[in-house]
Formats: sequence, structure tokens, C-alpha cells
Amino acid sequence: MILKEIIEKLGLEVRGKFSELDSQVNNGYASDLLSDVLANAEEGSLWVTLQIHKNIVAVAGIKSLSGIILINGREPEKETVEKAESENIPILVSKLTAFELIGRLYSLGVTGKKNDVKGV
Amino acid sequence: MTSEKRLTKVQELVYELKVSDAMTRKVITLTPQTLMSELREVLRSNRISGTPIIEGERIVGIISIEDFIKWLADGAKDCAIKDKMVTDVKTLYADEPVVAAVGMLEKFGFGRLPVIDRTSHKLVGVITKGDIIAKLLEEVEIDYHEEEIHRYRASHIFEDILADKTTLIFQYYVLGKDFNRAGEASAGIKKTLTRLGIHPDIVRRAAIASYEAELNLVVFTEGGEMSVKVRPDKINIIVKDSGPGIADIKKALEPGYSTAPEWVREMGFGAGMGLNNIQKCSDSMELTSTVGEGTNLKFSIYMNPAPSKHLAVK
Repeated sequence: MILKEIIEKLGLEVRGKFSELDSQVNNGYASDLLSDVLANAEEGSLWVTLQIHKNIVAVAGIKSLSGIILINGREPEKETVEKAESENIPILVSKLTAFELIGRLYSLGVTGKKNDVKGV
Repeated sequence: MTSEKRLTKVQELVYELKVSDAMTRKVITLTPQTLMSELREVLRSNRISGTPIIEGERIVGIISIEDFIKWLADGAKDCAIKDKMVTDVKTLYADEPVVAAVGMLEKFGFGRLPVIDRTSHKLVGVITKGDIIAKLLEEVEIDYHEEEIHRYRASHIFEDILADKTTLIFQYYVLGKDFNRAGEASAGIKKTLTRLGIHPDIVRRAAIASYEAELNLVVFTEGGEMSVKVRPDKINIIVKDSGPGIADIKKALEPGYSTAPEWVREMGFGAGMGLNNIQKCSDSMELTSTVGEGTNLKFSIYMNPAPSKHLAVK
């Protein structure tokens, strides 16, 4: 599913300006521990977390994640948004709790499964 | 890339790609009861030349600009679309290869084909020749981009340097307790290694291990230094600081063991997984430390072989 569609369907709010919101998202990862994300998230995953500080962008950059969703309506720090814009990693805010949000992501087809070996 | 190779690549792609990869998902549909007189505006405002007719979620017909012109030529007497639409609709399943779409578009001379789900038979998209061309171009461009990266492999740089032994060294200084700049060194390492044309899998492992090492400097020390030494056969990364040192290295290596303060943990750091991550990402790791003096961490990642999902498919 395209990120833009996920944003529309789940009513996510985008924080910051991002030129491209049309990356293909197939899977997701949820964790508030940065080392856990580094160790276990799949490349291209959408990351669900409650952490709002700037370092989440660095982690997402290193893992080439497709975006970060902050739960419970938590707002990113100003520096987080600035860094996210420069690294082009979309920061999205959801009013839902992690459990609710992930459930809805899953029903849209964003799962925790590993990427299919596919294509080029 | 030669034109011959490009041709095979496209041929390969039409078999590899699924109809669902190339189709348009946002489909404008009409019901059988829509009036012919309303059709023109729908086609015009959406810039389309035809549209599926839907009852419930099932497709019952299709109408195109040709049917509309025929209706105009016949006197344009207003009626429901169901009287003018084509009911013998050819459809594709979303999981069929793109080559099936190419074949059908060619065979019947249609401009578009509705795409349905194999099990539910619900309409899930529409595919046109334009969609297929756009998707193929996109894929070929991705392929070209990867090829471009691989052209600047590190090995080429090393081949250009005439010496008995060659090592590229770059260094980074990391400030302690500065969470605002944490990650900058590893981001720099990731970018530099990528520019050197090193395989993405190796770059990723080096970047993750570097980030964990950098964060250890930020969280626990007053700062330190990271040196990256790239050789044709491996990357060595050496991380040094001048204190406080690790009291019990064996314990520090246990997954989940952490001495990080509470406020650091609240930020999601200090999960006791850092050194394990470094170990997992590297091919060898050495850790020495003296309390009061400092810690010395060295890890290596070998260049070859780099088995990866990506490579395996190529």
C-alpha cells in the first residue's frame, strides 16, 4: 500500500513538509526501544512508536524506514521534524493508541511479515 | 546497458510484475442506472476514456468513449448506461503477471481492462497500456540506478591505487551526552560507505553497528573517537573513549543487561542490546576496557561474500 493511502485511510496527520509520500509500504514494526528497531525492523517498514525525540529519525535513516507514526497524539519535538524533513522520513501523528492503530494498519495489509523476495 | 539487455530486462519484468503492481487502484465507476448524458462529464473531468459499470461491488459492464460516440451518432437519445454498455467484459485477476494484461490488450484492442480479485471477484483496479509503460519505466530506472551504484564499487577505487597494501581511513569525533548530535557519525559512515560503492547489505550492517557504538559513547562517556578503515577485503571500525570504562565486560555482553540511567531508558536507549547488535552485525568483535581509563571496541565486517535477498534474485 502507498503511504499516502495509509495516511488518508487512518486519518494520520503529517508533521513537516515532505515531497514524497508515495513510497510503497508492506510491513510495519512497533517498538519504543531504539536498539530493538535497529536489530529487528525490516528495511522499508513503517515504524510505530511513542518516542518523539530527534534520535528516532537517525534510527529510521539507518534502517531506511518508510516513515514513523507517533501514537496517542504525541507531538514530535521541533528538532525531530527538522531532521525528518532533511532526511525525508515522514513523521505522522495518530490520535489512536498503539494497539488500535496497529490493528487498523494490519487490516489495510501492513503486516509484521518479512518482505517478500520479489522484483528486480 | 546494451539495448539487447534492456529488452530482456523488460521481458523479464512483464513476467515478474503482477497486474496489481501496475494497475490504477483509484477507479472511477458508474452504475448501470447512470444516464448516457452524464457520461461525457465523468470522462472529461477524470481524463479517462472509459469506465467500468458496477452493481454492488461486482462489475457488470464497461463503457468507453467509443460507445459514447456511437450513441451520439445514433441520435443521442438519453437512456441508462446499461442499454449501451458492453456486458461481455474481459477482466484480469490482480495476481496475474503483467504479460497477461499485455496479451489481452493486444488481442482485443481494448484501451483498458478491469482488474478483479481472484477470490472475491470484486473490482480492485483498472489497467491501461499507459499504466504498464509507466511501471516498466519506473522499474527499469530503479535497476539502472542500482547498476550505477555498483559501477563505483570500492574494489574499483582500490584497483586504481597502485600499492602493496591500501587502506582508506576516515575518522569521527563523538561528543558525550549530546543527544542532539547523536547518530551523526554513523549517518556519515553510512553515506561514505555507500558512496564508495560498497554492497548495501554490508553498509547496513556497518551502519547499525556504528550507531550502537556511537550511542554508547554518547550515553556513557565524555566522548570519543570512531575510526573507519576500509580495505579491499574488510571494514574495520575502531571506537575509543577515555572513560569511565566497563567494570564487567562479560555482563555487559549479556542481552538485556544495562547500566544506563533511567532518563536515558525513557528515551528508548539503554535497552541492553547495543553490544549484542554490534556482535550480530559484525564478523568479528573485540572489546577491551579498563575502569578509569577507557574502552576500546573494534569490529570488522568482511566485504565478501555478501549473500543477500537482493543479490540472490539477480
